[in-house]
Amino acid sequence: MKALEIAAQVRSGERSAVSVAEEALSAIQARNADLNVFVHVAGEEVLERAAAVDAQVAAGRDPGILAGVPVGLKDNLCQTGVPTTCGSRILAGWRPPYTATAVERLLAAGAVPVGKTNMDEFAMGSSTETSAYGPTRNPLDPTRVPGGSSGGSAAAVAADMVPIALGSDTGGSIRQPAALCGLVGIKPTYGLVSRYGLVAFASSLDQIGPLAHTVADAAASLEAIAGHDPRDSTSLPGPAPALVARLDQGVAGRRVGIVRELVDGADPEVVAAVEGAAEVLRAAGATLSEVSIPELRLGLSAYYLIAPAEASSNLARYDGVRFGLRVAGADITEMYVATRTAGFGAEVKRRIMLGTYALSAGYYDAYYGQALKVRTVMIEAFARAYANADLLLGATAPTEAFALGAKVSDPMAMYLSDVFTIPTNLSGHAAISVPFGHGTSGLPLGVQLLGPALSEGRLIAAAAVVEAGRGVPGA
Amino acid sequence: MVIGLEVHTELLTASKMFCGCANAFGAEPNTQVCPVCLGLPGSLPVLNARAVELAVAIGIALHCRVGSSTFHRKNYFYPDMPKDFQISQYDRPINEGGHLDLSDGSRVGIVRAHLEEDTGKSTHLGGTGRVHDADRSLVDYNRAGVPLVEIVSEPDIRSPEQARLYAAELRAVLIATGASDGRMEEGSMRVDANVSVRRIGAPLGTRCEIKNLNSLRSLQRAVAYEAERQVDVILAGGKVRQETRHWDEGSGETSTMRVKEEAEDYRYFREPDLTDLVPDLAMIERVRDGLGPMPADRRAALAGLARGADVPGDVLDAVVGAGLDAFVAAAVARDVEAGLALSRAANELAGPDGPGQVLPDAFAEVLAREAARTLSATQVKAVLAELVRGGGDVAEIVERRGFAPMSAGDLSGTVSQAVAEHPDEWARYREGEDKLAQFFVGVVMKATRGRANGQQVLAELESRR
Repeated sequence: MKALEIAAQVRSGERSAVSVAEEALSAIQARNADLNVFVHVAGEEVLERAAAVDAQVAAGRDPGILAGVPVGLKDNLCQTGVPTTCGSRILAGWRPPYTATAVERLLAAGAVPVGKTNMDEFAMGSSTETSAYGPTRNPLDPTRVPGGSSGGSAAAVAADMVPIALGSDTGGSIRQPAALCGLVGIKPTYGLVSRYGLVAFASSLDQIGPLAHTVADAAASLEAIAGHDPRDSTSLPGPAPALVARLDQGVAGRRVGIVRELVDGADPEVVAAVEGAAEVLRAAGATLSEVSIPELRLGLSAYYLIAPAEASSNLARYDGVRFGLRVAGADITEMYVATRTAGFGAEVKRRIMLGTYALSAGYYDAYYGQALKVRTVMIEAFARAYANADLLLGATAPTEAFALGAKVSDPMAMYLSDVFTIPTNLSGHAAISVPFGHGTSGLPLGVQLLGPALSEGRLIAAAAVVEAGRGVPGA
Repeated sequence: MVIGLEVHTELLTASKMFCGCANAFGAEPNTQVCPVCLGLPGSLPVLNARAVELAVAIGIALHCRVGSSTFHRKNYFYPDMPKDFQISQYDRPINEGGHLDLSDGSRVGIVRAHLEEDTGKSTHLGGTGRVHDADRSLVDYNRAGVPLVEIVSEPDIRSPEQARLYAAELRAVLIATGASDGRMEEGSMRVDANVSVRRIGAPLGTRCEIKNLNSLRSLQRAVAYEAERQVDVILAGGKVRQETRHWDEGSGETSTMRVKEEAEDYRYFREPDLTDLVPDLAMIERVRDGLGPMPADRRAALAGLARGADVPGDVLDAVVGAGLDAFVAAAVARDVEAGLALSRAANELAGPDGPGQVLPDAFAEVLAREAARTLSATQVKAVLAELVRGGGDVAEIVERRGFAPMSAGDLSGTVSQAVAEHPDEWARYREGEDKLAQFFVGVVMKATRGRANGQQVLAELESRR
């Protein structure tokens, strides 16, 4: 069931939000033990919230564009009183006393949050295997990963537990799992969605965005959560853009550049999918061309300095003093060490050490400082590309969903899963992953459309064209 | 001796630097906190615009360049710092390069005056009272996130006395800008001193930083002690170690707090949760227009009233410090000598009760009567004390307390009576024993219960001699 269809039925009184919520809870009940999608499922409050939506409809009021739609929230989004662990032992049992702006806005649009979805610990990973609460399995093939770090949110939608879920994307953490689970995923322009209440991984890269079965549902979700928020100083001015209205706008006359660096090294099936999507866009009236942006090859190394550097500072607060896990020690330093040693997993520790090193006196210029320069160079390279193209096209991930355990002991192989998605986080631009084609195992693949800052409307119109063309030969 | 001072001042904003919590001293522990100032996961800072205005006011008052600035994170672990990093300013502070003119005529350079957030307050129970050997530590986060400006002086200060004058002048400037209440005892202004010694003309020596200086007196004593300690170390053939030292007010000594074997690595990087702070020129002009005259200007204006007469610096400081400029000006406008007006204001109105209920016009009226010799010094002090306590009409007070001058006839009669009652003394006085004049003044005073004007009594005695 699609989110906008559910909302239409609830708004018209055709169907009750309570029955929708019950259905979602029973779908979660049926498969969560096998797939490990939700780390926390809300109880009575889900039905109370749904009943409140129904009461609004009964009173003649419109609960909003997501009326009665059950949503999954990645476990790094705060909701008052709801456990929020970020997939880490160090936050086990922590219940935030406040609600993230994006979640508040979902509630204001009539949505019904049903629980918190599993994730790589502090969003550091590309397979949802670094979670302290066990890996999430891909509902389309439970021997495989759902991608990550928003793997729980992707699996929740792919398993039809909820029609939409929110994730966060720091280096591809929405788009890559969307691709691996056959979903639409949007990484909005940095600042379009407030980060207030999103537990930070790398503050200058993190953005919240939706995962959904359809472009329309993703557009409606993003429209609901976007717009200026005075509680986030990096929030862009202005209200949420109209996105649902752009769905049917098409791509006639649009210039689309196929980026060699966003295809090179991908599986042949992935390359074929990008070519197939290009054909669909061409058939719909877009002008296709091949472009090369060599600077994008620098993205991965710059990202693995900038993101860990920010993370090393953002994660300092998990020290056992005020909240979360505390492991006793003889003095304050031993308590810090014991708490963080027990509370963080291997990948988080690796990145904290990387980031601490990159910022250290004597190394700053060679590592963090250099990475910032690379970031600037990439932004300039993107700007040159967008002078001749309205949109860029490439792969989302180099492969289809891979087997559980395949890359977990090889960090470099895992990091390469995000090689095509990372540049957009570094530039602060927008990108969307749309399902297109299938891999050798028959699992879905995703293609990625990229656009400059605040090009979400244009991206959604193009994604809708690709989505509609999925059935054409070769796709 | 070479001294540089780092002064932290809390800003008088209604709310904290990055959240809406109240910025107020003395509340129950941990009652003025929220997700942002507790550094809870997912919270984000939003800059307090009033804190920026007050920082700009300080910058203007210290003659700094006010410009675009950037916030950085200063990373280190400490339990009273909720995020385990402090949001501060590093290579692009809001105010750079200025100076402060002291009341002794010297000028001290200002390196920078930048914005940052305060930490919480730790109390360590057991052990030596430091965190590492405490049995328990209690943390109050009410102060966490309170806006601070850190003012760093050039190493231009050369004596403990000048260090005290600098801190006193800076305190007066901060109060005059409205940025701070300057209450050192409540920690709203805190001074750290960097002290080194060298032979005259030699390169700078190794410096030690002294923390915990919470009064002007402590500052002066600690700097004097520390310089002497360093000289002793060098004369004994030793070397001064670069370290942070703690001032103990009770023992009057500094002691090692921590040794800086190598510079601490705070891993500064730009705070990604805040955008650059670009000054709004209209705001800067508004702040500049709103600033009243600074203490140095006011001292100069008051000295100008004295028209070249020498006025002691501490009298000017007291008048400026207590904000009594208008009182002095009102008295001078009534042709009272500025020196008298300044000293009466400094001595009678600058006490702990302040000018109280007395108004400038009433002060001027009292001093005009003193100048006209219709009130004695003792009477002036009594009338001013009553005005400070409850205000009122000067003429009424003078009348009620019997300070109104006696008529010439009454005075003459009383003197005649005194002479008649003490013929021997009168004879000796007339024969040239001058000191007996005071004896007769005393007798007249006693008879009139102090109403007589001593000067007039003397004149009367002289005329009869």
